[in-house]
Amino acid sequence: MTMTLGQGILTVAAVVLGTVLTRALPFLIFPAGKPTPHAVQYLGKVLPYAAVGLLVVYCLKNTVWNVYPYGIPEFLSIAAVTAVHWLKKNMLLSILTGTILYMVLIQFVF
Amino acid sequence: MGTKQKAFRAALPKTLPICAGFLFLGFAYGVLMRSKGFSCWWPMVMSLTIFAGSMEFVTVNLLLSAFNPLNALLLALMVNARHLFYGISMLDKYRNVGKKKWYLIFGMCDESFSINVSAELSPEIDRGWFMFFVTLLNHCYWVAGASLGGLLGGMVTFNVTGLDFVMTALFVVIFLGQWFSVRDHLPAAIGIGTSAVCLALFGAEQFIIPSMALILLILMLLRRRLDSKKDGDAA
Repeated sequence: MTMTLGQGILTVAAVVLGTVLTRALPFLIFPAGKPTPHAVQYLGKVLPYAAVGLLVVYCLKNTVWNVYPYGIPEFLSIAAVTAVHWLKKNMLLSILTGTILYMVLIQFVF
Repeated sequence: MGTKQKAFRAALPKTLPICAGFLFLGFAYGVLMRSKGFSCWWPMVMSLTIFAGSMEFVTVNLLLSAFNPLNALLLALMVNARHLFYGISMLDKYRNVGKKKWYLIFGMCDESFSINVSAELSPEIDRGWFMFFVTLLNHCYWVAGASLGGLLGGMVTFNVTGLDFVMTALFVVIFLGQWFSVRDHLPAAIGIGTSAVCLALFGAEQFIIPSMALILLILMLLRRRLDSKKDGDAA
């Protein structure tokens, strides 16, 4: 590290501040005591679904689809998670199956 | 059994996949920091105070570049902008949980958010304490992983390539759970479709902000159609 200890601590503090701000801003702008605007209440109802969709894509953002192995391990593993979850509705089992399949695929197959 | 015990017993199994993922990712992060010449105190303190996985990896590079705290602040705001969506989604759920609210907000990482927003609890379980324990357990896993990585860095030879897929699998399962719990799939489809299109257009490093803007725009344009449906209620 080329920084001094103090500069390093200030850098980490700036990152903490930025991160906490993104988490706290909605609560500071719309405090519990005051009525929340209808548009924001509406967003609070539909955003949970859209946000998890965004999160799934976010996890796959570094997958390369046009170069070998064309995202096939990701695709097969997600298909397995979906199938197992559809059949058994058991969160841990679905995650375990998908993760083990993915590890086998990228370590031994592709 | 007391209220807290019941809530803890409900929370623990939901966090087990995250335990695996965080111990692994946190460990990787701790090892990385050691390999760049930081003492084990850095990953320990950073995992405890920042508690946002991807941003901590980014911060390692910030610490190795020229001192620029304003740049660090702006970068943290950009990388973590998706948390704004989580906050809006949790405005109601974090109400009436007392002082725990501030810790819940501080610890609202992707994983804690996705569990807390989608968990269907039986009525005898206190939602506030449940969410508190989910957040606290995840926080502990992450700090434990990062600290172990910082302490033991370089001593592991077991091949764990691909274990980070546990996080993708977790989010896919939560996505499916939400999908099956409501009749109207449009908000979920908008989230995944818009993000995928923006990822293709803007690339991995730039797509989050345009995705968020476009999702907000589309959801607001469809408000009349989506808001009238009562079954669109968040789990």
